[in-house]
Amino acid sequence: MSELIRKNASELVELLKSREISSVELTQAHLDRTAAVDGDVHSYLHVGPEAALAAAAEVDRRRAAGEALHALAGLPIAVKDNLTTTDAPTTSGSKILEGWVPQYDATVVKKLRAAGMPILGKTNLDEFAMGSSTEFSAFGPSRNPWDLERIPGGSGGGSSSVVASFQAPLAIGSDTGGSIRYPAFVTGTVGTKPTYGAVSRYGLIALASSLDQIGPVARNVLDAALLQDVIAGHDPHDSTSLPESLGSMADAAKKLDVKGLRVGVIKQLSGEGFQPGVSARFNESLELLKNAGAEIVEVDCPSFEYAIAAYYLILPAEASSNLAKFDSVRFGLRVTPEGTPTIERVMAATREAGFGPEVKRRIILGTYALSSGSYDAFYGSAQKVRTLIQRDFDAAFAKADVLVSPTAPNTAFKLGEKLDDPLAMYLNDIATIPANLAGIPGMSIPNGVAEDTNLPSGIQILAPARGDARLYQVGAALEHMHEEIWGKRMIDFAPELEVRG
Amino acid sequence: MAKDELMNYEKALEQFEVVIGLEVHVELNTNTKMFCGCRNEFGDEPNTNVCPICIGLPGSLPAVNKRAIESSISIGLALGCQIAPTGRFSRKNYFYPDLAKNFQTSQYDEPIAFEGSLEVEVPSGNTFTVAIERAHMEEDAGKLTHVGGSTGRIQGAEYSLVDYNRAGVPLVEIVTKPVYGAGAEAPELAAAYVRSIREIVKALGVSDAKMERGNVRCDANVSLRPHGQEKLGTRTETKNVNSLRSIERAVRYEIQRQAALLAKGTAIIQETRHWHEDKGATSSGRPKSDADDYRYFPEPDLVPVQPSKEWIEELRAKLPEQPAARRKRVQAEWGFADLEFRDVVNADLLDQIEETVSAGAKPQDARKWWTGELARIANSQDQNVTELPISGAQVAELAALIEAGKINDRLAREVLTYVLAGEGSPAEVVTARGLEVVSDDGALIAAIDAALAGQPDVLDAIREGRMQAAGAVIGAVMKAMKGSADAGRVRELLIEKANS
Amino acid sequence: MSEITPDLVRHLANLARIDVNDQEVELFAEQISLIVDSMATVKAAVQGDVPATSHPIPMSNVFREDVVEPSLTQAEALSGSADSGDGRFRVHAILDGE
Repeated sequence: MSELIRKNASELVELLKSREISSVELTQAHLDRTAAVDGDVHSYLHVGPEAALAAAAEVDRRRAAGEALHALAGLPIAVKDNLTTTDAPTTSGSKILEGWVPQYDATVVKKLRAAGMPILGKTNLDEFAMGSSTEFSAFGPSRNPWDLERIPGGSGGGSSSVVASFQAPLAIGSDTGGSIRYPAFVTGTVGTKPTYGAVSRYGLIALASSLDQIGPVARNVLDAALLQDVIAGHDPHDSTSLPESLGSMADAAKKLDVKGLRVGVIKQLSGEGFQPGVSARFNESLELLKNAGAEIVEVDCPSFEYAIAAYYLILPAEASSNLAKFDSVRFGLRVTPEGTPTIERVMAATREAGFGPEVKRRIILGTYALSSGSYDAFYGSAQKVRTLIQRDFDAAFAKADVLVSPTAPNTAFKLGEKLDDPLAMYLNDIATIPANLAGIPGMSIPNGVAEDTNLPSGIQILAPARGDARLYQVGAALEHMHEEIWGKRMIDFAPELEVRG
Repeated sequence: MAKDELMNYEKALEQFEVVIGLEVHVELNTNTKMFCGCRNEFGDEPNTNVCPICIGLPGSLPAVNKRAIESSISIGLALGCQIAPTGRFSRKNYFYPDLAKNFQTSQYDEPIAFEGSLEVEVPSGNTFTVAIERAHMEEDAGKLTHVGGSTGRIQGAEYSLVDYNRAGVPLVEIVTKPVYGAGAEAPELAAAYVRSIREIVKALGVSDAKMERGNVRCDANVSLRPHGQEKLGTRTETKNVNSLRSIERAVRYEIQRQAALLAKGTAIIQETRHWHEDKGATSSGRPKSDADDYRYFPEPDLVPVQPSKEWIEELRAKLPEQPAARRKRVQAEWGFADLEFRDVVNADLLDQIEETVSAGAKPQDARKWWTGELARIANSQDQNVTELPISGAQVAELAALIEAGKINDRLAREVLTYVLAGEGSPAEVVTARGLEVVSDDGALIAAIDAALAGQPDVLDAIREGRMQAAGAVIGAVMKAMKGSADAGRVRELLIEKANS
Repeated sequence: MSEITPDLVRHLANLARIDVNDQEVELFAEQISLIVDSMATVKAAVQGDVPATSHPIPMSNVFREDVVEPSLTQAEALSGSADSGDGRFRVHAILDGE
């Protein structure tokens, strides 16, 4: 493997700037890696070498001409396949969109292009981001580079595995209930769900509009910070986009200081129900924070008990409406039943053939949650639970500057293990969901290998709304302490993948 | 379509009390659509005013048009409504191919304006107060064209074509409370109410208010109950009745149809009905059913609208005069008799006459031209007189030319046809075509002499006091001068000649 | 036990315009029953007067000025559709509606 692609994004940027390497060279190195390993990992649904190399060549030309370039110019990136791109098909992991090439670029994609970041390809995901393993992708699952028999997390398992297998230095993810953080947790990588509204959702194929947020996927905290700084910012096309800037995440990631910081441990998200190896790593992280001068406090969030229930009502409800537009008329699949069908029959047959079982399950559940007889009991109550969860967070953040928990109860499970048990699958999100319900930012960083399974574990850091910088400050500091002990980066524990082709 | 049995109208009213309810959709004339920057324009090439948002492409998000909000608040204020301090958009979920997202973004339980009222005068001169329940915002759907089968009807069509140019155009839906007590005048009240709404939105400048273009659409709810019964009868909703005359006819039809059914003991089915202008009848549409579960929920992609007091007061200060007050004022100012004024109102010519008068014409002249010659021309072209390509200022100019003796009535009518053909203003047409009346005595005397050469007895006849003989000469002069002679002057000159 | 019967699943699938076969109906009824039973805890969670939260970050009055922005061309608009003609999206006949 080329040593180049193992480097951190922050280092690669310096090499590009000093013209020690060209963007074409760097982009090609990543494309070569994909050719060698993606047959096994299956991170990508689409790889676009021509477009990526053309964008890289353009950056190289501009750099040679002495033009002013963005700090990350020339650094290639992978994009989750639920963001629209005009030069690559966008499927959201669904048969119903197979082959669709969007007529517009998502705002985030526009920002990447404007920064001169070549887009390597589109990464795999559970169909419409519904899932925790990528097993619900209509185009086959991605695999965990740490153990190819295991899931890379979901829904953004394509993005987590693409950075964990060195096919891209950075990737874009989206997080509705943990789809950035859970994959980061199981693949030993870093993922952030920014404050709701910090990054424009325009061009993100919506799962649940009030929960979805786009964020960075990387191998370390500073790299994630650099990427969040590229994609964040107000967008008039997204009415829920925050009007104000949240400051520089990269600056926060460089402080490496937690002295005097109050770190709240969420009572409901630790201890019982969490795998011993995960808990052990979590306690070790707490110890490090304490040693570095942070104050550890316990916080009580009693309403978290209802978070999963509220989430799995709100999400399907919003999704059932968001996915109604997939009707065969303006884009995507059209299935025509025999005989002389009406449009109504065509729509129903198209949606039957185009959606996978999990999507249908959630659409039907969401339709139920919104229907006139059950709205108050289900959707209405769930929105009230949301208020209670926000209140729990408000109380907790009165006592602590950041909150922490293990990112998920268990390390990566095996492919197929939970496929027929939706409820068990949903429980993976127990620690990540509250942040989406409350709109606050959360980050998962690796904190070592769980000894009982020999697989990556991770810690989740949460901050109040608009407090994204705190995540990067605490996350980078903690990462630094862990790396000091390990003598290497988390990703360097990962086994070498077999190279083919 | 099966023929409905109808009860005699007077008999229906003897037996039943009529309750109506009206839902009027007003299409706003903003530059852009409700939730995207596409042009809000009628009649463009199909699917050219569309973008990822209004054709509902995956990933697109709505953004609210500020002017549409202002227009809606203004409509609410003009209807005496309260303006909601906070309101949210909701999604109304149902599948239909003209609905790009398969949900309509609409204000559901949080309308921007509520609890208003409107004074409406019917042709008899009676006035009713119509209570307004709410005015809320929503987006229009695309346009379906049914191809194949018979005459473009939905039934039997082979396929349909969808144009989304209209999808996302802002609408304000104004809903009345049930209207009681109009009795025999319920149909007239329905039409007069819609007319008043049109006048209001036109005066506000928030809609082009052209019914023939669907800028204003009316759904009429009608129910009957036996006199003295408290419980409301089952109602029907007749959709998209698109002219004032049709509204009146459709309501009357439903009263007669429902009365006949009720008299037979047949229950009224709560349903949507369609008005057929050609047949003068309504037909059954879709029954309301359990399947109408719209699963409303707050639109998560939009944030609440919370108009400040200052904003509302700013809009209130810009409100124009109420239609009823305006009508009273202009009738008095113009000195029109009630019947004359009713003709003007019925032809929707208040704006035109006001513009004509303010451009200097006498009110009676303005009325005469608009309700006379111009109405006749429009009628012969199967058009609304308000649609004619002529302004009030041009009509005033025409009247001024007559007043100054530059043209006569006959020439004026000719001038009008050229103005309508786009040849310019009346004065420009007169100059360009040389249509000015000839009052130059020399030319007239020459023409009189030429005419007299063929009728030498005329002068004698005039001298003997048989003035009717002059007519033949005047006619001949007019003919010779292609109508441009000043007939009065010809007559004077003829008398002078006879007596000299 | 929840009220998610096979008939209800059929009704919901119809509202959501998804064809379902008998086998799917049975499976979904079973699975969704389990989920709904488990999610029903939200009903008990809320006591007293708690407002609903529909937007995680409270904001209001976000508007766009009434200014025209570029539209797609007709060809672009139609480019993703399965069938089009005469500058419009073509769909099968609509029989059941108004």
